[in-house]
Amino acid sequence: MTVYDVIIIGGGVIGCCIARTLSKYDLKVALLEKEADVSSGTTKANSGVVHAGYASPREYIKRDMCIRGNKLFTQAAEELNFPFQRIGSFVVALEDHQIKELEEQRRLGTQDGVPGLELILDKEKIKYMEPNLTDEVVGVLHAPTAAIVSPYEMTYALAENAAMNGVKFFRNQKVRRIKHQNNIFVIKTKTSEFRSSNVINAAGLYGLKISKMVGLDYFTLMPRKGEYILFDRNAMHLNKILFPTPTKVSKGILVCPTVSDNTFVGPNALNITDKKDTATTEAGLKEILEGGYKLVPNLPVRASIKNFAGLRAIPGTYDFIIDNTDVYGFINVVGILSPGLTSSYAIAERVVEFLELLGANTKIKEDYNPIRPKPERFKDFTKEELDRKIKEDPAWGRIICRCETIPEKEILNAIHAPVGATTVDGVKFRCRPGMGRCQGGFCRPRVIEILSRELNIPYEEVMKRGEDTNFLVSKTKEIALLRLKGGEKE
Amino acid sequence: MKKYKADVVVIGAGAGGLAAAIEVKEADLSVLIIERDKELGGITLQCIHNGFGLKEFEEELTGPEYAQRFINKVIEKKIPYILDTMVIEITKDKKLYAVNKKEGLIEVEAKAIILAMGCREKTRGAINIPGFRPAGIYTAGQAQRFVNIEGYLPGNTYVILGSGDIGMIMARRLTWEGCTVKAVVEIQPYVSGLLRNQVQCLEDYGIPLITSYTVTRIHGRDRVKGVSIAKISKDYDRIIGSEKFIECDTLLLSVGLIPENELTLQAGAELSKNGGPVVDEELETTIEGIFACGNVLQVHDLVDMVTAEAKRAGKNAIEYINSRYGKELKKKELIKCVPGENVNYLKPDIINKQNLSEEIIFTFRVKYPDRRVLIQFKDQNNSIIYKKKKIYVIPSEMLELNINLEESGINQDCKSITIEVIPRPEVLIEED
Repeated sequence: MTVYDVIIIGGGVIGCCIARTLSKYDLKVALLEKEADVSSGTTKANSGVVHAGYASPREYIKRDMCIRGNKLFTQAAEELNFPFQRIGSFVVALEDHQIKELEEQRRLGTQDGVPGLELILDKEKIKYMEPNLTDEVVGVLHAPTAAIVSPYEMTYALAENAAMNGVKFFRNQKVRRIKHQNNIFVIKTKTSEFRSSNVINAAGLYGLKISKMVGLDYFTLMPRKGEYILFDRNAMHLNKILFPTPTKVSKGILVCPTVSDNTFVGPNALNITDKKDTATTEAGLKEILEGGYKLVPNLPVRASIKNFAGLRAIPGTYDFIIDNTDVYGFINVVGILSPGLTSSYAIAERVVEFLELLGANTKIKEDYNPIRPKPERFKDFTKEELDRKIKEDPAWGRIICRCETIPEKEILNAIHAPVGATTVDGVKFRCRPGMGRCQGGFCRPRVIEILSRELNIPYEEVMKRGEDTNFLVSKTKEIALLRLKGGEKE
Repeated sequence: MKKYKADVVVIGAGAGGLAAAIEVKEADLSVLIIERDKELGGITLQCIHNGFGLKEFEEELTGPEYAQRFINKVIEKKIPYILDTMVIEITKDKKLYAVNKKEGLIEVEAKAIILAMGCREKTRGAINIPGFRPAGIYTAGQAQRFVNIEGYLPGNTYVILGSGDIGMIMARRLTWEGCTVKAVVEIQPYVSGLLRNQVQCLEDYGIPLITSYTVTRIHGRDRVKGVSIAKISKDYDRIIGSEKFIECDTLLLSVGLIPENELTLQAGAELSKNGGPVVDEELETTIEGIFACGNVLQVHDLVDMVTAEAKRAGKNAIEYINSRYGKELKKKELIKCVPGENVNYLKPDIINKQNLSEEIIFTFRVKYPDRRVLIQFKDQNNSIIYKKKKIYVIPSEMLELNINLEESGINQDCKSITIEVIPRPEVLIEED
């Protein structure tokens, strides 16, 4: 049985970023994910903001990691070809006394190496830079290095590139037990057993559960829910990420564009106890709209196409827990709250340092290829290219999603990519059919048809996102026939 | 690149597109139909229930039967059509670009274009229901496609939100399949679809209709486990304490239809508040030579009405090609049509003054039901130019009036007309 050098538990952005970073080296690496796909937890539902780095207090390691992580994004986006735009952010002051706070953040941020921070008090200039901003604005802190990214597309890109470089991905593998014997970790899941010299716990909300499996119980993680409302693509175009001036409690509700030209408002911050409670609430949706209106009075509420909620694991210390623990070879990477996405590449660097200390071989492989090719998109083609592409492969000519203009070929590519999509949501988050204004009304039956054909499974077994999320329950007449025979279908 | 040429290109081969294309062909002009699905017929193909054609054919047909009458004509008249083909761009000079698997990129040159892309259903996002996002939530039309075309059942026990026609029809269809429909829940105090569907699809099968209620929460993380519903006050506030839980594994949404105008917008035509393009009395959009008809213009109650409107669009496109195409005969002088009190929207949006002597077809919907009303047309000086009594109006019923404005006293100085639906004055006096 293979003994891996490193096994990563958790296929979120942190786990996949570590996997991809480690794929550079001559190491046997595997990643275990409990859900049907990577990017299924905190990564899937967050703001997708790459923060500039001035916001966290200086005593936290997350401040340094964020500033470093922000810088590392440029190269990563070039190599991995995920959607990433440095559009800059505004922290918006609506009252005069908040200016002082912004000036302080500017001063400290600049000292710590956050580039280009600028306090703008000229209202005309502010409104020119972001016309949708409220007239009540008295000043903004402009951070030009802040950026937007698609967190899930980045994670798929990381996983793909890691897999291209030899990392093994195992999905639907919920870790049940970890035994540490003879310096080897034996990890048991429902269906398999894995062995490794080192384990990296990047299990997000389940970080404490995994840590306890090796007897480490020294931190707390609290699930915190953040709710969002997403607006249609044509409804509004924002130039900047808009934050309110933060209070002691929270960064506040932001109004923000996405890399696919949508706008969203959110998140709020609600401490909860159930790690599966991703339900949105009436009160929460109201709260985020009220928050959003303060920054952008003409929020296009009528053009809302989706509301959703994501959970983050908030550590008791409010700071990242990145530890080479007392259990030799077991590294905790947990409590990755905001700005965790921004910090991901810096966190991965830290993990490499730890593994070096643990004696892992960090010699760069000769055949390491950092480039994950850019996914080909129908929308990017010129008319001539399109014509040629369809002639080469007719699947380019069959449009499956009309809202986002996605042809069958992009869906096939998403399914057959390394660590490819196996569910309808997996397809949707990789190449966007169903993300548009009709939310799958037109394309869903067609995506189910394609998945059924490509994965060679019946329609009823095509899942939305994993176990028990089937779309269809049976063929027509089956229920009626069973009733006729006197037996109810279960 | 494959190139086509036609006098008129029709986008969409549903009831509207087919009727418009036949109309054009009968005037000996060349026409090309472009359809994104694998067959001609559009959404009527999945509407296997009856009730179609009462006006058009004075017969009761199913959706596919209704469509087939037009498909037969298309074949008989050898009207060319391309299937499985998606139009991706319309240019200002009426060139179209489309793609399909066989021919790759297609360029079509046309003198006139008729938009007949139909409509789509409102989704959960559009009405922002809070809760989980499990599998088991469908629009009624999507469920209809799964059941009637693909041959699969999306669930066993259902709650249907919204009493639109497709929702009520699916309630009956699923009952026939042996499924259980626990309730049809409607936020308004009245049914939003046709009365005949309320009777034939719900009442005949004992399916509970719960009005003035809405779904306030979706339960179940993986697959729907149930919904909470709550009573809604007149001001759309939830009445506290009225919440009830209904167990089900599927939620169908039948909460309204929106004209599908991505292409129209991309072409640069203006849209009006109802989501359809701004059109004049000839159904011409704000781009010369581009016409719109059927549900892409306004959502109709019956397919027969779509057919009638599509024939008009066809006739007007013919007229355009024969008299105005390529000439400097611009329409210029316009009268604006404004929806007034209790009018949700109104077509046409604009009227050309040179057509004032002709009868104009106005179609509109009210915002809320009312009894014993007066439908009134006013000009910009608030002078009443037309009035008509009506006993009952309801949003689910599209109102149609054919009026000759000139005979009603409108002259060339008119700038705008407003249509309002108001309580009759004598009723007001009675109430005093």
